[in-house]
Amino acid sequence: MQGFAYEAPSSLDALRARLAAAQGAGELTQVLAGGTDLLVQMKQGQRAPGLILDIKRVGETQALTVDGESLTIGASVPAAKAKAFPLVAEAFPGLAHAIDLIGSSQIQGRASLGGNLCNASPAGDTIPALIANGFEAQILTAGGLRTLPVEAFVTGVGKNALASGEVLLALKAPVPGPRSGDAYQRFTPRTEMDIAVVGVGARLTLDDAGVIASARIALGAVAPQAFLAEAAGAALVGTRGEPEALEAAAAAAMAAAKPISDKRGSADFRRRICGVLVKRVVAQALERCTTGGAK
Amino acid sequence: MKVHVQTEVNGEAVEFLCDPTTTLLEVLRDNLGLRGSKEGCGTGDCGACSVELDGALACSCLILAAETQGRSVATAGLQCGVCTPGIVVAAKHLLEQDPNPTEEAVRYFLAGNLCRCTGYDKIIRAVLDAAAEMRGEAA
Repeated sequence: MQGFAYEAPSSLDALRARLAAAQGAGELTQVLAGGTDLLVQMKQGQRAPGLILDIKRVGETQALTVDGESLTIGASVPAAKAKAFPLVAEAFPGLAHAIDLIGSSQIQGRASLGGNLCNASPAGDTIPALIANGFEAQILTAGGLRTLPVEAFVTGVGKNALASGEVLLALKAPVPGPRSGDAYQRFTPRTEMDIAVVGVGARLTLDDAGVIASARIALGAVAPQAFLAEAAGAALVGTRGEPEALEAAAAAAMAAAKPISDKRGSADFRRRICGVLVKRVVAQALERCTTGGAK
Repeated sequence: MKVHVQTEVNGEAVEFLCDPTTTLLEVLRDNLGLRGSKEGCGTGDCGACSVELDGALACSCLILAAETQGRSVATAGLQCGVCTPGIVVAAKHLLEQDPNPTEEAVRYFLAGNLCRCTGYDKIIRAVLDAAAEMRGEAA
């Protein structure tokens, strides 16, 4: 690795001040959370920062809390801890599954959701699950805080919406009410330690009569960044998830997908798998609406 | 500039100076002489460098030594065996969470530890044996 300075501010104010100083001095700064992508990229020479700012000692980035109506997951909370958090496991089983698909047990001991999001791989498993669940990114800016929906945070392959001097602090989502369920599934040739060929996340909520009142479907690995397939969700609202509704949602998702062909799969294969996964994920989320998931 | 780090390794207080670019794995092996943890891939794929950091299972090749200030590191040691120390750390971590894992659960949990001799079957059986022994059942 090329040389760099290492600092670990222990408060939000110290982090903000250090970022401002680094920006003023023109230091190429890289934020470090779990480091499971970053250290590999630095070892391979893809990134060569002059300053590493480790944010794990800033309390806000380690938050894992429920306050009233919302769940907050600090940007540097390790995956193993996030997936084991009772509310995540109970009310966000789709997200918990997506987290469980990141790398190995060792990687999950260190890798953070914030890092998975900032790394912005088109195939990052948590990103469609975060989008489906309506998570927003809380961003530290020079003057205060700003928020962005996760679907607006990822802007391209390896690209995110953070401006110079900004840091992702936490991810926040509404705690689901009754008759709500989420799911995430991906296709990989292997069952473990693999990268999604296609990933699909869904969050559905039913009304009193069992009709789908809201549906968010997010697609991964079929475009430069994971995205909300609004037409796929819209095809489900007002239905009970009958086979025709699932077909309509799958068709809408396939139309919205813009996959590439690479060694993991051809564009045509990815588009077909996307349709299959949308049907499976919606069926699973629908089942969770009635059998639990949300309290 | 060197970073001054005070931390705990295998229950003992240790102190060292390192370059900011130095990984925990390099410090363990080169500064502290703990050569059980190996560098297999250097990219977090093989698990030969597995350690516990504050009780979390992690790859020491992907941790900067500077990050361990005030933390607690646990390693495993063995005279030979490229994969074994990493597997011992991971298996210990699993059995502490789940004293009675199924064979499938052991296989999934250890998917991040590569054995270059492909000796997985005996490793999985050893973990299941250890679990039975720890539960007080005849192994």
